[in-house]
Amino acid sequence: MRLKPLKSDVIIKLSEICVGFDDEKILNNINLDIYNKSFATLLGPSGCGKTTTLRIIGGFEKPTSGHLYFEGVNITNLPPYKRNVNTVFQKYALFPHLNVYENIAFGLKIKKFSKKEISLKVGEMLELVNLVPFDKRSIDRLSGGQQQRVAIARALVNSPKVLLLDEPLGALDLKLRKDMQAELKRIQQSLEITFIYVTHDQEEALTMSDIVIVMNQGEIQQIGTPLDIYNEPENAFVADFIGESNIIDGTMKEDFLVNFLGNNFVCVDGGFSPDEPVDVVIRPEDVKVLDDTTMKLTGIVKSIIFKGVHYEMVVDSCGYSWLIHSTVPQEPGKMIGLEIAPNDIHIMRKKEG
Amino acid sequence: MNKLKVLSLPYMMWVCLFTVVPLIIVLFFALTTENGELTIMNVSGVGRYFSVIIKSILIAGVVTLASLLVAYPFSYILSQMEFKTGNFILFISLLPMWVNFLLRAYAWVTILEKNGLLNRVLGFFFSWKLDIINTKMAVAIGMVYNYLPFMVLALFSTMRKINIGMIEAAQDLGASGFGVFRKVILPLSMPGVISGVNMVFVPAVSTFIISRMLGGGSNMLIGDLIDMQFLGNIYNPHVGAAISLVLMILILLCMSLMNQFGSEDMEGKLI
Repeated sequence: MRLKPLKSDVIIKLSEICVGFDDEKILNNINLDIYNKSFATLLGPSGCGKTTTLRIIGGFEKPTSGHLYFEGVNITNLPPYKRNVNTVFQKYALFPHLNVYENIAFGLKIKKFSKKEISLKVGEMLELVNLVPFDKRSIDRLSGGQQQRVAIARALVNSPKVLLLDEPLGALDLKLRKDMQAELKRIQQSLEITFIYVTHDQEEALTMSDIVIVMNQGEIQQIGTPLDIYNEPENAFVADFIGESNIIDGTMKEDFLVNFLGNNFVCVDGGFSPDEPVDVVIRPEDVKVLDDTTMKLTGIVKSIIFKGVHYEMVVDSCGYSWLIHSTVPQEPGKMIGLEIAPNDIHIMRKKEG
Repeated sequence: MNKLKVLSLPYMMWVCLFTVVPLIIVLFFALTTENGELTIMNVSGVGRYFSVIIKSILIAGVVTLASLLVAYPFSYILSQMEFKTGNFILFISLLPMWVNFLLRAYAWVTILEKNGLLNRVLGFFFSWKLDIINTKMAVAIGMVYNYLPFMVLALFSTMRKINIGMIEAAQDLGASGFGVFRKVILPLSMPGVISGVNMVFVPAVSTFIISRMLGGGSNMLIGDLIDMQFLGNIYNPHVGAAISLVLMILILLCMSLMNQFGSEDMEGKLI
């Protein structure tokens, strides 16, 4: 288990960042600390503001209000070329008029490094991303994965303290994505720099990150380790977005007792007002299927699909269609009982409005 | 595939009838005398007009350069505008092309002549006048005005294709405003520069009428010379054809030189 970084290790701080105006907020009051040398991922559906947040850190967008700090210094109005931050763009944005070597050397040439230093540093980068034999290749003769590596090398060669990555693996096929995920993680750990990564792919976020920031509609929904986010989602949106969930309307009877689908269930959450309406979130793999039909919850198997490791079932029970993962197949049409352990029942406050 | 080839037939015939055949006729006239005997005299005689040819090429060169200098910033600003706004301003700036070519040339005569618009406006403020009509300067102004749209179109269409991502990437890597221009925008707009230069230079070399209207009698260009061989008092299509032939070869040489200069590492790389 990785040690939690110290508070003083904050490298990037977003404070009350807003973009857009009242009627159309793209970002609404974003407060976020990114710790040095961490792999932080902004995760959310398209249009949630994750890319805008990244572009603010990169300097390509100005917040309407709020401040951005880099190592404690306010850099809200600093142009991108003066920031010690580099970006791997979504569509790579490699320079078509330059070859692989020249693309990677671009930033160093601007900073007036000597020829010798440039060739040394670019050589190191080519090695890091496994592109040594391709240095003289023109950009349009590279595969998607190779272009991706050039984009990463071009950013990293400037030794930024923070690397921003905007859905960098979006255009790659599944196999290549998996490889690149592992490789990015390896690069981040070996260079010991901060990665801020944007993706809409929850699995990618959970695999690679130290910290996941879940966003929706311009607001941060939850900040936590992948484990926290998966096991203890703070609201129904996070629960639904991260993995699959059954989300059921319920009411809190008293502390540790919730009512949904016409029954009372013991749970492990408290601190709600009596009869407060809540969202009850239950993961598909946390529902046990029993042959015993005298359980509180019974239902009829509607359909079943084989998914490799498990079967995915839809079960109709008390007017709710449950999504259930089980390793034991059941006949469609069969009456079954459902069992849920108290600590698998997650209670979430309903969002106002 | 064969069906598609059939579709290209009308164009092929058009090219044969109106390009290849006339070229052969030009070649024939250039190499024969009035009596139809083969001769080299027409072509070798073109040397007499050496100074006119040089002057035409020089003026065309200046005109091309001036068009480039005017059109480049204009096109760049247009290309950075919102799509619709850019298109609209481009449309407005190309509107004069809808007016007849001769009318536009006359308009410049009325602007530049001794008691023309320009001098009358100047007269309000100063005691001196610009004596610009009937000079090479006036010819060049008229030509720049006439050929500028071609340069703008060529540059604009190339510049608009430059991805904003390229500019952001350059900024991200530490390039300031001028660095972005020099390292990214300029090299990526080179194909547009080359086609724009070709599109202005070629017609500018063989311009006529503009030179006669704005340049008076003393600023005859190669285009006027050819015109005179066919429509003037001199009437000698054999010499006219010979000058045309030499001019064509010179233009081809200029163009291939220019393309050589441009195509080193640019061609087809624009995304």
